[in-house]
Amino acid sequence: MSGANRIAGAGRLTPAKTVRFTFDGDIYTGLEGDTLASALIANGVHLMGRSFKYHRPRGVLGAGSEEPNALMGIERDKARKQPNVRATVQEVFEGMTAVSQNRWPSLGFDVGAVNDLLSPFFAAGFYYKTFMWPKAAWQKLYEPVIRAAAGLGVSPDEADTDHYTSRYIHCDVLVIGGGVSGLSAALAAARTGASVIICDEQAHAGGAFAYEAGVTMNGEPGFDWAVAAANELAAMDNVRVLTRTTAFGYYAQNFVGLAERVTDHLADPEPQQPRERLWQVRAKKVILATGAIERHMVFANNDRPGIMLSSAARKFLNHYGVAVGTKVGVYTANDSAYETAFDLKRAGVSVEAIVDCRDHPGEGLLERAADLNIEVLTDHSVINTSGARRISAMTVKRNRGGAGRSIAVDALIMSAGWTPSVHMFSQSRGKVAWDADTQRYLPGEYAQDCTSVGACNGTDDLQATIDEAVAAGLAAGKATGGKRAAKPKLAGSGAGNWSGGMAGSAAGAGPDTTVKAFVDFQNDVTAKDIRLAVREGMHSIEHVKRFTTNGMASDQGKTSNIHGLAIAAEALGRDMPEVGLTTFRPPYTPVTFGSIVNHGRGKLFDPARKTPMHGWEEEHGAVFEDVGQWKRAWYYPRAGEDMHAAVNRECRTVRAVAGLFDASTLGKIEVVGPDAAKFLDLMYTNGWQKLKPGRCKYGIMLREDGFIYDDGVVARIAEDRFHVTTTTGGAPRVLNHMEDYLQTEFPELDVWLTSTSEQWAVIAVQGPKAREIIAPLVEGIDLSNEAMPHMSAREGKICGVPTRLFRVSFTGEAGFEVNVPADYGRAVWEAIWARAEPLGACAYGTETMHVLRAEKGFIIVGQDTDGTVTPQDAGLSWAIAKSKPDFVGIRGLMRPDLVAEGRKQLVGLKTKDPKTVLEEGAQIVADPNQPVPMKMLGHVTSSYWSENCGQSIAMALIADGRARAGETLYVPMPDRTIEVEVTGTVFFDEKGERVNG
Amino acid sequence: MADIQAASPQYPLDGMVAGSALVQITPAAPASRLALRARPDAIAPLSKALAVKLPQEPKTSAQGTAAKTKGRRALWLGPDEWLVIDESGADLMAACQGAGGTFSAVDVSNRNTAIIVSGPAAEAVISAGCPQDLSLKAFAVGACARTLLGKTEVVLLREEADVFRVECWRSFSAYAFAFLAEALRDPMV
Amino acid sequence: MLLIYCPYCKEERPEIEFRHAGEAHIARPTDIKAISDEDFEGFFFIRSNPKGIAFERWRHVHGCGRFFNAVRDTVSDKIIMTYEAGKPRPSDEEIQARLKELAL
Ligand SMILES: [Zn+2]
Repeated sequence: MSGANRIAGAGRLTPAKTVRFTFDGDIYTGLEGDTLASALIANGVHLMGRSFKYHRPRGVLGAGSEEPNALMGIERDKARKQPNVRATVQEVFEGMTAVSQNRWPSLGFDVGAVNDLLSPFFAAGFYYKTFMWPKAAWQKLYEPVIRAAAGLGVSPDEADTDHYTSRYIHCDVLVIGGGVSGLSAALAAARTGASVIICDEQAHAGGAFAYEAGVTMNGEPGFDWAVAAANELAAMDNVRVLTRTTAFGYYAQNFVGLAERVTDHLADPEPQQPRERLWQVRAKKVILATGAIERHMVFANNDRPGIMLSSAARKFLNHYGVAVGTKVGVYTANDSAYETAFDLKRAGVSVEAIVDCRDHPGEGLLERAADLNIEVLTDHSVINTSGARRISAMTVKRNRGGAGRSIAVDALIMSAGWTPSVHMFSQSRGKVAWDADTQRYLPGEYAQDCTSVGACNGTDDLQATIDEAVAAGLAAGKATGGKRAAKPKLAGSGAGNWSGGMAGSAAGAGPDTTVKAFVDFQNDVTAKDIRLAVREGMHSIEHVKRFTTNGMASDQGKTSNIHGLAIAAEALGRDMPEVGLTTFRPPYTPVTFGSIVNHGRGKLFDPARKTPMHGWEEEHGAVFEDVGQWKRAWYYPRAGEDMHAAVNRECRTVRAVAGLFDASTLGKIEVVGPDAAKFLDLMYTNGWQKLKPGRCKYGIMLREDGFIYDDGVVARIAEDRFHVTTTTGGAPRVLNHMEDYLQTEFPELDVWLTSTSEQWAVIAVQGPKAREIIAPLVEGIDLSNEAMPHMSAREGKICGVPTRLFRVSFTGEAGFEVNVPADYGRAVWEAIWARAEPLGACAYGTETMHVLRAEKGFIIVGQDTDGTVTPQDAGLSWAIAKSKPDFVGIRGLMRPDLVAEGRKQLVGLKTKDPKTVLEEGAQIVADPNQPVPMKMLGHVTSSYWSENCGQSIAMALIADGRARAGETLYVPMPDRTIEVEVTGTVFFDEKGERVNG
Repeated sequence: MADIQAASPQYPLDGMVAGSALVQITPAAPASRLALRARPDAIAPLSKALAVKLPQEPKTSAQGTAAKTKGRRALWLGPDEWLVIDESGADLMAACQGAGGTFSAVDVSNRNTAIIVSGPAAEAVISAGCPQDLSLKAFAVGACARTLLGKTEVVLLREEADVFRVECWRSFSAYAFAFLAEALRDPMV
Repeated sequence: MLLIYCPYCKEERPEIEFRHAGEAHIARPTDIKAISDEDFEGFFFIRSNPKGIAFERWRHVHGCGRFFNAVRDTVSDKIIMTYEAGKPRPSDEEIQARLKELAL
């Protein structure tokens, strides 16, 4: 048995296909195809949640994605818990666990419901006004309390074990919506041969036909036709039909995001199935067939469980075979609720009364009601309801006065009319226009290449909808290159025309009342709140929205927007179009983080770049550090060594013997062409024309403002060929910077830039024994000091592999950088290591590299410079060619501030206590006893323990630094003040003799 | 010198393999590659020297014209830029040395590596991370483009209707391979 | 995500292949060393940042690699036209004509 309220013979589900699930710990039985909402109602459960602010008991309002109330937590296991799932969308599956939200300790008894009694204090804007002062209380008191009491579901606390996938897809025609208009448009477009995607957020196509009994299409029942039409489309090669797929965002140039829920309805999804599939669609034409959403009536206590939209009750009955109650009341300002009442009555449900606030319902409705023995109270309103956890009675009153009459009901269905769903149109930046005749907003001026058809376009008649959709489909197909095609023959009849209705508060909930007549169920916004907002001076609908939060919940105001607007307009004494309409923004319905992050997590979060020698480094115990996307060997601890000990040993070994360092991540750019030297002259402060092939030079690159941008060694390989190196982190932006100037400022130069960063593996061999280590492996190059002095480059072979061998040093030791094609990097490294290890050399990492270069006062761009440092500041004036007429930054260097006295200059620092190592970034002052805020002279840029110097060393940028040589300055720290002496930047081998070997 | 053990190469995607019934993902064979940049005056001489006609239409590639350069391809990457790929291991730098006109040839054989994605779902798998329209109508056999795959830049070449060559820089190849292997898990592809 | 017509690739490509590169038609002074502080300020620091029609540089960085120029309406975020680097700034008439074309 799948619930006492299941009506035999009604609906489309198969009674034999039962599904067991739990809700708040109780076991229920539903049918395959049920939503959680329909299955619970079938079992007589209407209380499904508590409201956000007042914790009022709530049931379902709708039967689809517009649902504001019935938000659930759906749990598969500890890791897979999804909060805030709409019970009206989630399909039940065997073994599903659903829990209600926003209640404590239980749904039936909720402590937070006291908020409802205190509601006079929780008026609109309450939070803004109350929790303003004192500021400190926010962190300690207000926020924790508010968070505990309010809020929606609970997020899972384990990593999501599901996987998600994505696809970019391009099509001629995207049809959003699989109701009659969408299907008609897709059938027509598909005939032209155009590639078509049609999507619908529900599990099935058919839209309103799922509940509109009595509609026929080409003579067959409407829903059957829809199913057949979707199947026909799915069978076509040029069509993709996506159900359970929500078009959630409409972006520029017909870029539309679709979220397909692949496994949420399955009991045992195949492991390879993604939970969701994100489709990023680029469509030449978009057809919006998004239908319309019914509005509720705004009256006192219109939010009790059992009170819902008439279309929802009709879908529960006609699709799921579920009666929403046994004694149903109807409250309407529109004809559509009558059809629901008639269907219910014919299914054997007692309809207590149809309360119509209008004098004159649509043609023939009173007669049909009389035939079914349903009482119709025209010119009446429901002015209140009662019932604790479910409606038990409605109070009905004649509009012109008189006494109220209580009618016992266990469900109340309502309709204030239909709101064309212009969300996607609005997201496309189209401007909606107020249609005064039908009192609704419709698509006005289009901003993108799209068309609206059917109910979302204000087309009410079924055949007119079909004709409009077919025409749009054919036109879209033809416009995107499809062939001429005959119209599909589609004849529909038996649907109601549901224009009309009302917007705003109904009788008994007007401006003179204080009742709780809910406009926005999810955010607990009442008609009174909106009026208060207007009284408080919010005259724009955008302000009213933010002050009351109307329409700002996860349902995006699907049912509340128009009511809110009408109430604000009335309070302002203006017409609705004058008050405007808030903008609908993506997403149409909430999208999971899983879909958005998609593949980009775990090892695919970001590319992890590894050098050709990475495997060797791992095998030799290297600890790695991240440098941008690169994984670089940081240091190589041996047994019993911590980082400090390992780095000290590496530093000693390099200077005493030699070390191998993986420098492959250095950026490399091959600059080739007859104007190569001329171009480098413009890019660097140095002069390049006179550099001979086979020689290297340290270059400094500035931005146009005169500040250091990058540095590196440049080797001239041939007259027209330079091998430029950049910092590891600077490689892409330096290439971009150089390309920019080459392409747009100096396009006449015959020179090209090619990134070779990854062509070459680079093995730095540094130290007194460097030559001895590599010499036996090298062919065709004379490595002697005379033949190959410091700052030279040669081409030849090493280990039988072509090499560009540079005699360069970033350590101050004699050394080489061996460039070999990357595929051979590891093999050559191993060959060099086999020579180096027996001689007592070591492999060293980036930390040792940093210490060694600091001992020599070599800067690291981005560490010792910060984008406001000139070559003069850094003590590199010698690298500026004085005679060059131009280079990037030449004018910037002449700016008044850059030539002014007192600029910060790079200097060395020695701590008075040699063991004290300064913190990088620490501020420096002249007088540590001055009052706070102290005058800062500068800061520490690099600081290390130097094993080779036997003391701590640092570099710092200090105002007038070089003139302060020998001065004592102070570094105030939280616990003490450190005395330092200003020195030069070279701490080791001041004369620079060691590089010459 | 006689005792120098010649170094042997190690390729970035050695031993990697992924696939399903609908798609295979395999590392491409090692190849010689040339990053070629040229002024118009060098296009004809270079085409002759390399025995492959440098294409001048965007998004197109050309195959070698001589018998022994059949396996050689020149890919249009930009208005003065080509990527030349040769799986026979020919010395492309030597081939274009001395060709007339103004140009830049740089050996990038080891900078790039390639992944072959083949099978009926090849297009769908690449579309998991490539924003371009890869339908045959928009991206015909022989079409090529530098573009993106997930978070990395690639050069895409459609060798056959169901075969794509994904060229990327070597340190991004593990990411690109893992991305494709992840994408093919979706049975929908 | 915008589609941007690359004047070198001669087709529309997805925005993520491109990178914005600041205002267009700001030429680096030929004798930059000789210009005044005021002129340098104008060249390097001052940008027009208009509401409406803006001339911008873009680079097809994950495509053909070329820098080019674009006319974009900063209100609608629509790129009205693109053209090769070095080409002169389109006239008002050309822009208006292109806008008319786009409206069709
Ligand atoms: Zn391009």
